This record gives sequence, structure tokens and C-alpha cells, in this order.
Amino acid sequence: MNIETTGFGALLIILLMALVTLATRWGGVFVMSYVPISYRVKQFINAMSGSVLVAILTPMAISGDNGARLALLVTAVVTLLLKKPLPAILAGILTAALWRYF
Amino acid sequence: MEQPDKELHQLNWPLVWAGYKQLVPLSTLVIAFGAAFGLAASQTGISDPLILAMSTLVFAGASQFAALELWGPEAPLFTILITVFAINARHLLMGATLYPWLRHLPPGKRYGTMLLASDANWALAMQAFSRGQPGLGLLLGGGLTLWSFWIVGTWAGIYFGSAIQDPKSLGLDMVMGCFLLAMVVGGEKNLRMLLIWIVAAAASLLAFWYLPENSHVVVGALAGGIAGLIIREQKHEH
Repeated sequence: MNIETTGFGALLIILLMALVTLATRWGGVFVMSYVPISYRVKQFINAMSGSVLVAILTPMAISGDNGARLALLVTAVVTLLLKKPLPAILAGILTAALWRYF
Repeated sequence: MEQPDKELHQLNWPLVWAGYKQLVPLSTLVIAFGAAFGLAASQTGISDPLILAMSTLVFAGASQFAALELWGPEAPLFTILITVFAINARHLLMGATLYPWLRHLPPGKRYGTMLLASDANWALAMQAFSRGQPGLGLLLGGGLTLWSFWIVGTWAGIYFGSAIQDPKSLGLDMVMGCFLLAMVVGGEKNLRMLLIWIVAAAASLLAFWYLPENSHVVVGALAGGIAGLIIREQKHEH
């Protein structure tokens, strides 16, 4: 169904978006309260947490431009060298900006 | 050796305040994206108070931008809601990964803390837990930082948007990608973890190419979780 976005319709859409997002933020915690925390569940959760990040980053690297890929590469290298995330992030962003500028 | 779970679930004001401060540098960069959203939203024709309401109530950048693309004089309500759910479905998994520590809190604190969960503060919290340190202060405090800077950025975009025409040319679209990668590379690394990540990466790529839009994060994460069950942790690594 379509909703008129003049007047009240826009606010309704925003409120429903907020509720859907809240359901995702609370839903995982809610479901887990019914799952016993066994050793295997902990192994699954531990593996899944890093996998979320990898799953976000991989398509980003594949579908991004060379500036994006270079930014990620520089971030990875600087993180390994310096062990500090903030300089690595700034180096990555600077790399993307420079690549796109020239 | 990792501390018992019970000590790590601490949540008090010093921890929240420390988390708030720790996220200030990253949140400063987030302002630019709030500004980009504010500008794009005002160009779409949404009124200023509603733009601010969206950033305040939804606090999920990717899904807010997606909603803009679907917006018009008439907006397809179910399509917008399904898209928002798909983009934010990873929050379900993020909540699940935090549950071992959240379960020690009373429900009010538990769900209150999750109100402001997003990629950056969740990743920092998980990293803290893996180092044997309390992480929930980072989740809540860092969430407050990100949320408030996101709202300020949106406001700046509405009123001064022309000053930040193209955050992509400044490399700012890579803020979150670079941040998340720093979290991965800076975290635990061993053969088992690398194998799990390869599975997650392959699954997310396949989902990205062949499955419905926005499903790749959930698919990749679940595949990695299953790989973790199969590839057993060696005993001496405890």
C-alpha cells in the first residue's frame, strides 16, 4: 500500500521505521533469553560476532571503487603495524580521499 | 585468562562516561554522514522536523538513506519497512552475540542498553569483552555519542548542507568500513578464526550476488557461526 507523505503520513512512516529498527535491536536479545548458553552456543556466538564484520566488509571491498579498496588495505596494514584503530581509520580515509582527488 | 562472565557485565556511570568519550573521535566523522543525510532528505522534500525525527528515532544510517530512495509524494509503506528490516537485521545477531553478558542485567537495563546499538559501539564492546574487560559501558556510552552526533550532523546538513556536497570525494564514505576493518584486524587472530572468516566472506559474497538485496550480512554471519561450531576450538587455546 502507498501512503501520502504530505502531512501525517510521513510521520507514520518514520514511527513505523523506528519500531522495525527497535525490533531488530531487541529481537536478538529476546530470542536468546530462551536459548540455554551451552558451550556450543558460545562457540557459535563467538564465531558469529567476527563474521558479522567480515560479512559487512567483503561486499564493500568487492563492489567499491579502487579508492575504497585502497582505504581498506591501508587500514588493515596500519592496524597491524600500530595496533591503534584511530590512526588506521584516518589513514584509510585519507587514502580514499587522495585516490579520488588525483 | 578471561575473567568470569559475571564481572564483565558491569554497567555503571564511570563506564558509560568512559565509553562516551572513547567514541567521540569516530563520532566526529559520523557528523559528516549525518550532514549528508540531512541534505539529501531536505532535497527529497521532507520537512525539517521530520528529518530530525527520523535521525532521532531510527538512528540507522543505511536504512534512512534507503528510505529516502523509496520516498515520494506517495511512499510504498511495506517496501520501506521490509527494506529497513533487511538492512537492520544484523542487529538481531549483534544482540544475540551480546546476550552472554546482557543476561546478567535486569530487563530494563538490558533492553535500555540495546536501544542505541549500532555497528561501531557493538564492535568496540565485543572487542573489550574478548580482552576480558567490561564492554557494556562502551555499548551504551558510545551509543549515546554516536546518536547525539548523528542528530547534530543531520541538523547541520539541513541548514548548512551545501558546505558538504560530496562526502564521498573526501573519503568519508569509508569511515565505517575502515573502522570495522580495524576492529577485525585488531582482534583475535588464529587459524580457526581465519577459516571462519573465509567462510563468512564467501557466504556473504554469494548472498550479495545471488540472494535478495541486503541479506548478505545475515547470511555471512550465520555461515561463520556454523563454521565456528564445526571447526572446534583447540583445548589449549583456552
